[in-house]
Amino acid sequence: MKRAFILLLLVVVGWVLADTFSQINFGESRMGDIKQQETVGAYYLNNTVEKLSVANVVTAIVVNYRGFDTLGEVTVLFLAASGLASILYRRKKRGEHDVMILKNSSQLLQTGAKLIFPAILVLGAYVFIHGHLTPGGGFQGGAIIASGFLLMFMAYKDYHVSHNVLTWVESVAGILFVSVGIWGLISGATFLENVLGTGTLNDLISGGVIPLIYIAVGFKVAAELTGVLETLLNFKTEK
Amino acid sequence: MDPILYNKIISVGVYGSAIGLILIGLYAVLVKKHLTKIVIGLSIIDAGVHLLFIAVGFIKGGTAPIFSEKGIELVNQGTAMVDPVPQALVLTAIVIGFGVTAVALSLVIRLYRHHHTARIDHIKSLKW
Repeated sequence: MKRAFILLLLVVVGWVLADTFSQINFGESRMGDIKQQETVGAYYLNNTVEKLSVANVVTAIVVNYRGFDTLGEVTVLFLAASGLASILYRRKKRGEHDVMILKNSSQLLQTGAKLIFPAILVLGAYVFIHGHLTPGGGFQGGAIIASGFLLMFMAYKDYHVSHNVLTWVESVAGILFVSVGIWGLISGATFLENVLGTGTLNDLISGGVIPLIYIAVGFKVAAELTGVLETLLNFKTEK
Repeated sequence: MDPILYNKIISVGVYGSAIGLILIGLYAVLVKKHLTKIVIGLSIIDAGVHLLFIAVGFIKGGTAPIFSEKGIELVNQGTAMVDPVPQALVLTAIVIGFGVTAVALSLVIRLYRHHHTARIDHIKSLKW
């Protein structure tokens, strides 16, 4: 009976979605003429190169046009990380063990992880430093760096990252983001206004404050994701 | 092959797989008893919604919205670029999805610690 209701619900949801999207032609241009700037997408495509000299339009939207939204997004990530820690926090009772993983990982994984870990960090830094030129950015680069730390957690059972260091990196990066925003206010424009000179297209130093903000976001996301992994892996078990 | 028919097949494939992912996730959330599987179902719904967004923003023959010297030339010649707005929104949605998954998993861990099971049909008490 319950199954029948669930199947009915799935059929209804699927039919509504399919009916809606069958009226949207796949691959059809919905931005209008780009030069006319009738839609918001056309505006972004038309103005990003001239006004901001940023090659990656998605980065320009995320950091410049919707910079305040990104600040909120980073805050949500921070709240998720700290909420996770506060939900999982528990004082250790007598006779409790600290570490769940008892077996060492294989020699192959340990040596390989040690070898590849710096390369992963460099790749992550590359991705967030070049966020305004190539596909990538702070969130992606931070996730890559956190995946490097996950590899180390998997390879070495006593590998720990200090929570103090993570908190400091996270706080400094967050303060950098907000102070870039306040810099815009001080110089007479709006919050998170792009106040620096934009430079030439496809230079590493171009796009004004966009690389600065994305580097801050990269450090913040990397620290937060590593903190989440550390909290999830090292919770105390009852014994 | 007839280009209109070809386009239709592609569109049914892309939209169909996105809607299929949403339905699979919804099924897992509704039917599965293990809490970890429910969280996985939420993640699958997320993936389906992201795919739907990107598919709506896609333009046939369009390049990625990243300019280079050659790219500006191509755009001036009339090559389309895909809509960058859905891509930026999906970037936001992925991060929020990560936050939701992390907090949900921590609640599952907390429940498992307290009840020694993560199956919701084995958890009888309403209070804990």
